[in-house]
Amino acid sequence: MSTTTVSNTQAHPEYNYDIVRMFVIATCFWGVVGMSGGVLIALQLAFPDLNFEPYFNFGRLRPLHTSAVIFAFGGNALFATSYYVVQRTCRVRLWGDKLPLFTFWGYQAFIVMAAVGYLLGVTQSKEYAEPEWYADLWLTVVWVAYLLVYMMTIIKRKEPHLYVANWFYLSFIITVAVLHLGNNVHIPVEWLGAKSYSVPAGVQSAMIQWWYGHNAVGFFLTAGFLGMMYYFIPKRAERPVYSYRLSIVHFWSLIFIYIWAGPHHLHYTALPDWTQTLGMTFSIILWMPSWGGMINGMMTLSGAWHKLRSDPVLRFMIIGVAFYGMSTFEGPLMAIRYVNSLSHYTDWTIGHVHSGALGWVGFITFGSLYYLVPRLWGQKEVYSLKLVNLHLWVATFGIVLYITAMWVSGIMQGLMWRTYDDMGFLTYSFVETVVEMHIFYVIRATGGLLYLSGALIMCYNFYRTIKGDVRAGEVDKDGNAREGRIAPRGMIAQPQPAE
Amino acid sequence: MTNEHKKDVDHISGVETTGHEWDGLKELNNPLPRWWVWVWLVSIIWSIWYFVVYPAWPVPGGATEGTSGYSQYKELSESQNEIHQRQAVYLGKFEQASFKEVLDDPELYAFAVAGGRAAFKDNCAMCHGTGAEGGFGYPNLNDDDWLWGGKIDDIHTTLQYGIRAGNDDTRVSQMPAFGKDGLLNKEEINEVVEYVLALSKGEAQASMPGYTVFQENCAACHGEKGTGGREVGAPNLTDSIWLYGGTKEAVYETVYNAHAGVMPAWGERLDKNTIRQLAIYVHELGGGEEDTPVAEVAVEDVVPVLNVIEVEETPEGGVIEDVEQPLPVETDRVIVEEEIETPQPLIPEDILNPAGDETPAAHLPEAPAAE
Repeated sequence: MSTTTVSNTQAHPEYNYDIVRMFVIATCFWGVVGMSGGVLIALQLAFPDLNFEPYFNFGRLRPLHTSAVIFAFGGNALFATSYYVVQRTCRVRLWGDKLPLFTFWGYQAFIVMAAVGYLLGVTQSKEYAEPEWYADLWLTVVWVAYLLVYMMTIIKRKEPHLYVANWFYLSFIITVAVLHLGNNVHIPVEWLGAKSYSVPAGVQSAMIQWWYGHNAVGFFLTAGFLGMMYYFIPKRAERPVYSYRLSIVHFWSLIFIYIWAGPHHLHYTALPDWTQTLGMTFSIILWMPSWGGMINGMMTLSGAWHKLRSDPVLRFMIIGVAFYGMSTFEGPLMAIRYVNSLSHYTDWTIGHVHSGALGWVGFITFGSLYYLVPRLWGQKEVYSLKLVNLHLWVATFGIVLYITAMWVSGIMQGLMWRTYDDMGFLTYSFVETVVEMHIFYVIRATGGLLYLSGALIMCYNFYRTIKGDVRAGEVDKDGNAREGRIAPRGMIAQPQPAE
Repeated sequence: MTNEHKKDVDHISGVETTGHEWDGLKELNNPLPRWWVWVWLVSIIWSIWYFVVYPAWPVPGGATEGTSGYSQYKELSESQNEIHQRQAVYLGKFEQASFKEVLDDPELYAFAVAGGRAAFKDNCAMCHGTGAEGGFGYPNLNDDDWLWGGKIDDIHTTLQYGIRAGNDDTRVSQMPAFGKDGLLNKEEINEVVEYVLALSKGEAQASMPGYTVFQENCAACHGEKGTGGREVGAPNLTDSIWLYGGTKEAVYETVYNAHAGVMPAWGERLDKNTIRQLAIYVHELGGGEEDTPVAEVAVEDVVPVLNVIEVEETPEGGVIEDVEQPLPVETDRVIVEEEIETPQPLIPEDILNPAGDETPAAHLPEAPAAE
């Protein structure tokens, strides 16, 4: 487009892509592990005989699944893209060579430490913060190294201004550090064991936990992935970001307001009424700041909507943004005390989380990886855009099955719990609601299986891309024919600098 | 900020950019979408209104209370009041009524069964099953085989105090572990197991080797004929109902180690009315027994009953109660409307009204312990 600066035309062989490649591969690996775990626990809910005691029961596999998809899949994707984006938009090589490598192996070690602990029954019993103190301390070291690498790269940048994606990545890194430290103030109680207890007790402990839990969603799964969106959507669409002003206003309002919304996880509990009110109202006020990101992502395509017709990679990103908009509308709705009295503790919550996780986090990651992988391994495009399209529709169908099943099941569950007959007796017992939910659990597991299948298709596509193959009969994202090419046996393309 | 840079206009949208560029990426200088600003403002104004109306901000000594006077405890008690009001329509009468009166009053009966059903599914179903069908170690409550008695009062006592539940009034008994404790040797156990299995088939003979073992060790509780003893919760061995399995191995295991199932004392957990509703519900599942054998009491009283039970002696000497009108278990508050005239025994008031009563004068002979 513009040739006024050299940054987009000149190759930068000094960029550190090795580290990005490593994180990309880890992302794919943990994605498959975490999603397989999800399918297994979904099946366990539908068919309890699939619980294998004691290491593979639902109670231990559930945190394994959530940690694997959020921290292992999502975390590695954030490392990979943030390290790529910060170099490209600061026009400087990633700071330090050994330290980024330490963040890679250190982070993988944390994941393995946490996962092994879950299977052995080691847990703090705090949702999304289950790892015990030894893993928490290790993660703190790794995270500080991450912050250092990122900050130093920014400080050494050759661009005068800081690109919007970096604001989001940086806010994610800093806030996650604060949240992690705040929620893991624990005292170990055994000399040689892993057990520790939270320093704050009772409702204070619960409040801190959900301040953490909600902002793990807000800063890990929202701010971090918005950083991804702000780089890869304009890149793929080859269009400028829609509104600089909107990005500024929604960035600051998002990070200031998100922090307050945690109490909506504790409606109708021992938490005081006033705290619940603040959590609820700030969730409502958060609605538009969240949507600011959606608007900026969507509207970046203005003048380029036709690209959606031929480019399944862009389609992934835009469907992801649409799911982001949907779940950030649903969230404030469910935070309203009155709605929450029906939705709380039901499958509706699970459906809500997965419309965000599968739809937004998953799709924006897939889209970004499809952009990234060919560039990291010296190819023009992935092995097959047709397979990308197949992945897109299999995964979308899977999400639709998943979230509709959970909506119906959740609302049914909530209504059955509260139904009284004319004489003032509960109409349904708890176990009757469980019986009714069976079919929806089967549908949900089917949806999850489809989503996992899509991820496997992606991994195959990447394998062939890295080998240097181009599927016969493929067209590129602009509709031009590509020449089919199969690399010689055992041949893996030499990584080359990205375009 | 844009003034510092050369103006750059995006030719597709015709909108100015901010003049910056990173890795080929630019930003348009579009204003904030108007609707976005308005919806945000409305959500903020709505929240301010909410702060005024509801408890919202911490202040020294507490928090602002809000003009509505809302608290979640108030909301809870309002919801519960609605339930209590619905129950209150019946509860006053129900509390005063004896079991017999409840059975005779279609409205109270429907109330008792509805309440019992709800309580059963939340408290009893995890052991006895949602259909009260029981399982290994947990008795089926639909049949007429009762360990501790199947009259409404027996059931009520069992519910109130539990079985081996560790309180002074609980039902307690302990079968000896004949093998483990060395009371019988293996051969003797095998013989008595053969005998017990024969009992359940109606083929037991005094000439069997296990007969003597049985009479010397088991008959004290299970009865000479093996028909059981309800005062100690000893099961009837002449039927084909087995709590812990009826195979040779299972019966051997029972004689060798003995079993002693536990049921909680629900009187410690549920309120008086709920326990009475449960007693009625369980009694009406199908196996409930009448209060006194018909022959024992000559009464002119003829009252309508809701289910008619014919008692007849079986060849084995057991009792089969043929329930002509079993109450549907799953259907909510279905009352069998047929009123069939049947001689109904009078029930001693002090048994039927555990809450205490004024006239315990006219004592009728109590029902003898069941066979």
